[in-house]
Order: sequence, then structure tokens, then C-alpha cells
Amino acid sequence: MSGLAVPAIVAVTIATFAIGAYGLKLARTTSDFLVAARAVSPTWNAAAISGEYLSAASFLGVAGLILKDGADGLWYPVGFAAGYLALLLFVAAPLRRSGAFTLPDFCEARLRSRGLRRLATVFVVLIGWLYMLPQLQGAGLTLRTVAGGPYQLGAVLVGVVVTANVALGGMRSITFVQAFQYWLKLTALLVPVLFLLMAWQDDGRPPIASPAGQTFVQATTVTFDDPVQVSTTRPEDVQITLGAIDGQHGLVRLEPGDHHVARSSAVVFPAGAEVPELAPVPTGQGLDWLLPLHRGDRGLFATYSLILATFLGTMGLPHVLVRFYTNPDGVAARRTTLVVLGLVGLFYLLPAFYGALARVYAPQLTMTGHTDATVLVLPDAALGSTAGRWLGALVAAGAFAAFLSTTSGLLTSVAGVLSTDVIGRDGHSTVRGFRVAAIVAGAVPLLLSLHISGLDVSEVVGLAFAVAASSFCPLLVLGIWWRGLTDAGAAAGVIVGGGAGIVAVLVTVLGAPLTGWTEILINQPAAWTVPLAFLVMVVVSKATPSRVPIGVGATMLRLHAPDSLRL
Amino acid sequence: MPTSEPSPKRVRVVLAEVVHKSHPVPQARRELAEQTHVGDALVRGLVRAQLALALRLAAVVAIGLGGLPLFFTLAPNVTSARPFGIALPWVLLGVAAYPFLFAAGWVYVRLAERNERDFAAVVERQEP
Repeated sequence: MSGLAVPAIVAVTIATFAIGAYGLKLARTTSDFLVAARAVSPTWNAAAISGEYLSAASFLGVAGLILKDGADGLWYPVGFAAGYLALLLFVAAPLRRSGAFTLPDFCEARLRSRGLRRLATVFVVLIGWLYMLPQLQGAGLTLRTVAGGPYQLGAVLVGVVVTANVALGGMRSITFVQAFQYWLKLTALLVPVLFLLMAWQDDGRPPIASPAGQTFVQATTVTFDDPVQVSTTRPEDVQITLGAIDGQHGLVRLEPGDHHVARSSAVVFPAGAEVPELAPVPTGQGLDWLLPLHRGDRGLFATYSLILATFLGTMGLPHVLVRFYTNPDGVAARRTTLVVLGLVGLFYLLPAFYGALARVYAPQLTMTGHTDATVLVLPDAALGSTAGRWLGALVAAGAFAAFLSTTSGLLTSVAGVLSTDVIGRDGHSTVRGFRVAAIVAGAVPLLLSLHISGLDVSEVVGLAFAVAASSFCPLLVLGIWWRGLTDAGAAAGVIVGGGAGIVAVLVTVLGAPLTGWTEILINQPAAWTVPLAFLVMVVVSKATPSRVPIGVGATMLRLHAPDSLRL
Repeated sequence: MPTSEPSPKRVRVVLAEVVHKSHPVPQARRELAEQTHVGDALVRGLVRAQLALALRLAAVVAIGLGGLPLFFTLAPNVTSARPFGIALPWVLLGVAAYPFLFAAGWVYVRLAERNERDFAAVVERQEP
């Protein structure tokens, strides 16, 4: 696409390493290495939490989903931000006061159960890997889109850089890297938006949705990697330069109706031509795109399921919780969370502009299925020339910042639990053990990502949220607010709710053919798995009252008493 | 005799005892530390107050934001309104949702800290 994107990506990667190396010099003790010695100011910490949180799904995926699903796609960023409100209301301060560094630590501190601790470790690792997968996929997609490199290269680059950085630097360096990357990501989306809006204004504000459907504003070459079925409503002359449509080559008149596009086809649509729709599933042509829920009852259910998963899943994400330990006390944890809510909310104002403007300048993405590339493709498509290339490079750099920071955070927490609960003995971990764990934790999702490339980035992340919401959310909320929770109840709830979530994820990822309600229930499982997990936890805890830990009163006092009392 | 004069050292010990007597560990604080019924009731009260606050704000957000999909379904005419030339769902979800969430968080932080100050005041209150 341009010669600028690759240097920009290399610069971000080197900066990440350099800031990491600077932190490495500061990290002298084991505790520095793992938890930043808690010496991080709230502003830095909030920027770091936001930087870590804004992943490939936020940077690339959300804009793509908005382009594809229209108003329904807006629920993803709203949910990703609202997750921090749920975290603030129910978890932030008590979790910090519990002194737990990871979810397994919380299980042991609150319910005094080694078995539950091991179960939580399994789920932390699974959720971490599930969430890392789309980051690496995003890296592969980005490098392929901006530089034409092979898909595997980007995934390997991010996987190796992050694993090396985490294994060598630990948390101290990560805090600075993450904070830097929040501001980089915000800039990388904000600056191009301003230019895109000016270009749109200059072009006389072509409609984002019109009753007649979208048209190409300029002659556009559309490249199809996979065979697809498209449908058109009016005759159109197109030039097929590669592959075939309905077995035809060269200059072809497409009559209204369905057409089959062969694998690896390239088609030139003239300016003013209608953008064909992907058949048989309408992507929301015409004005429908502007309105939510044009898919009926099932759409309503899917929306509520997504709301539950994202609102309640954030608190169960391993890399989010780890960062709370770097707050000095419960009050600081609350205030940090509020700043994070503001920072991520600010960021999430931006992807909608990309999704909407791509309807005008890059509508072919809905046809080729490459909606995840929206943010990357749009600056060049809308602005062309030098400005488009520079802004395209900025966006590519921001995207890499997203992959690097989120993968770092996830890898640190997964490696953290692996080194304390699997490699280490009796909950102790060494720097060497942490390094070994980091390499193991990084290698598994990297190998997986090389084999899975067809799924939408945001949808995989949505599934990770669903699993977190149906396992750790009930565990944390009930553990913090209800004395009656027992280790047996917690374990049963995590196994049933989280297990159901994981089965749903596997069915979706493996691509089992599903239709109708079964498809919605499996693809958006949170609406039934979250209530199920809560129910099982409460019922089993009620049935095992003798297992309520002794000293639960003292634990409650520690979780909720104001920090100023120093009890 | 010079040795029978009160030495500075002795004065300090006496003063320390006076200080100790005039500032005893507050009763409520001891109840908390010793996990008595009174202490337990105090903690339960705090937990209940904080949970009620969190649930109230969660309900505000659940209705304000969570009610939107249902509202969009039940009132399609309102949904297709275009304030500022932008479709209503885009104004609500794309822009208004974020300040709304932040405001809810801000109110929560203020009220939760006030609950904690009230609790601390009860615990630290000197017995008459």
C-alpha cells in the first residue's frame, strides 16, 4: 500500500523495546519485576490500563463491525467502556484491598481453597490465550494489508517481540510502554479522523446511507480472496482482471440478481457503480444500516447477550485485574478506574467515524469480508496522495501499538499465574520461572494464530468477554458482596458457566454449521451462561453452608473497611 | 536532694501515660478488630450501604443504556428521528453513552467515599 507504513511499524516496535529496556534497568528486585513495586502514579496507571485494554478489537475490529452491522455494531465500544463502570461499582476498591494480585490469589484469599485456585488458574490461562489470539491475527492482517507481507509474518513479529520484552522486562517497563501506547493509539485514530471529515466535507458530503444503496465514489479495484455470492439490483459493466464472475472474464455486464465470484478474483467497478451486497445475508443496505435491530427478535437477543458479556466480562479479564495491584489503596483504585472510564470513552468516540466513512470510501470491504481492515484502508482510499499515505502509516503504527500493548498485558498475567501456580512451588515464583512461563504463554497462542485466520477480530474478543463474564464475574461479585459463598459453590459456578461459555466458543471457532436460534445462542452465549453461573454458585453455596470459610467476617472487614482506618 | 527532683525522663513517661489515657482506642474500633457482634454489625452495615449504592447506579445504567435496544424495537418512529441530521441511535450510542457512563462513575466514586467517611467517623468517634 505504501512505503511509509513499514517504517512506522518498525518505529513503534523499536520504541516499545527501548522503553522496555529503560524499564529493565530500573527493575532490580523480583517484586519490581512482577508488579512494578506499586510505585506507579494514578495518571500513569490509568493511561497504562487504558493502553493495555485498547486491543486489536477496539482499534480495528469495532470500526469493521460498525461498517458491517451499522448501529448494532455500536454496542461493542459502548460495552467495552461500560465494563469499566461495572468494575468500578462492584470490584475495584474491595479487590485492591484484598491484596490479591491475580484472580487465583483472590480465590485463595477469599475462599481459602487451593483447588479453586487451580481451577481459576486454568480459566485465566484459557481466557488469556483466547484474547491473545485475535491480537496476533490482527497483526498478521495489518502487515498483509499495509505491506503485502504474508499473514504469518505479522503474527510472528508481535508474538516474538512481546514474549522477549515481557520475559526480559516484566511489569516495570510495561507500565511506561502501555501509557505511551494509549496516547499513541488515541492520536493514531484522532488525527486521520479530522482529515477524513475534511475530505468528506470537500466531496460535498456524499451520503453514508441512501435508499438506493451505496455506490463507488471512484473507480475501484476489488480483490476477492475467497469465493463469495453477491447480489446486484441494477445492470453494471465491470472489468474482471483476475479470476471470474459466473465463469466470465474481461469486460462483463452484471445483470440484476445473484453472482458467483471465484476465489482470487480482481474486479474493477467504475465510479458511480452500485456496491453489490453479500448474498444471501444482507449487510444492511440502504437506510437500514442506520437503524439498530433490523434483524428482528434474534437481533434483540444477540444485542442483550453482547451487552451482558461486555458489561460484565471486563472485570474477569486477567490483564485488567493485575493492574489494580499497582494502586496504593482502594480509594486510588476507584479513582484510577474512573479515569480509565474517561480515557477509553474518549477513544471509543472515534471508531464510529471510520465505520461510517468507510461506507462512502471503502464499501467493497463488506463484500470481500475484510471489514477488520477498515481503519487501515480508509485513509488511503479517501485521501489518496501523500496525506493518505502518511495517515495510513500513522494508523498502522497505532494498530501495532494496540497489538503490542494488549498482548504484553495478557502475556504478563498468563505468565504470572503459570509461574506461581504451575511452574513455581507453593505459590512462589522466581524471575527465571517467570521467564520460562512467559515463553510458554506466548508460544501457544502464536501457534494457534498461524492456523486460524478467518474469524472477525472483535467476535473472538467478544467470546473471550463472554467466557470471562460467565466465570470470573460471578466469582468476584459474589465473593466480594456475599458472605455465604463457598468454595464448592464458586467452583461449580465457574465450571458450569465458564465451561458452557468455552464449549460455545469452541463450536463457534471450529465453525460448526448452525442456523436460527441455535446459532445465536452459541455465537452470543452470555445471556444464558452468565445467569446460569450466578444461579449455580448461589444454589451450590446454599447447599454447602458448612464450607463457608472461617473468618469470613474478618475478610469482609478487610475488603470493605476504608483504607484510612488501617485496621 | 537533686536526685529527688523530677527528671525530664520521668516527666516524659508520665506524659505518655496521660496521652494514652486521654486518647483510648475507640470502642467501635476495638469491636471491629475483635470481631464482636457490634463490630460485625458495623461491617455488615457498611457492606450493605456500599452494595445498595452500587446496585442503584447499576440500575440507572441498566435502564438508561440497557433499555435502549427495547426502546428501539418498541418505538421505531422515534428511532428513525434525526436530531442534528444524525440518526438517533448514533447520537445515543455513538456519543451520549460515554459521558453518561463517566457521570455514573463519578457520582459513584463521590458517594462511595462519603459512605466510607461516615463509617470511619463512627469507628473513630471518641467515647464521651
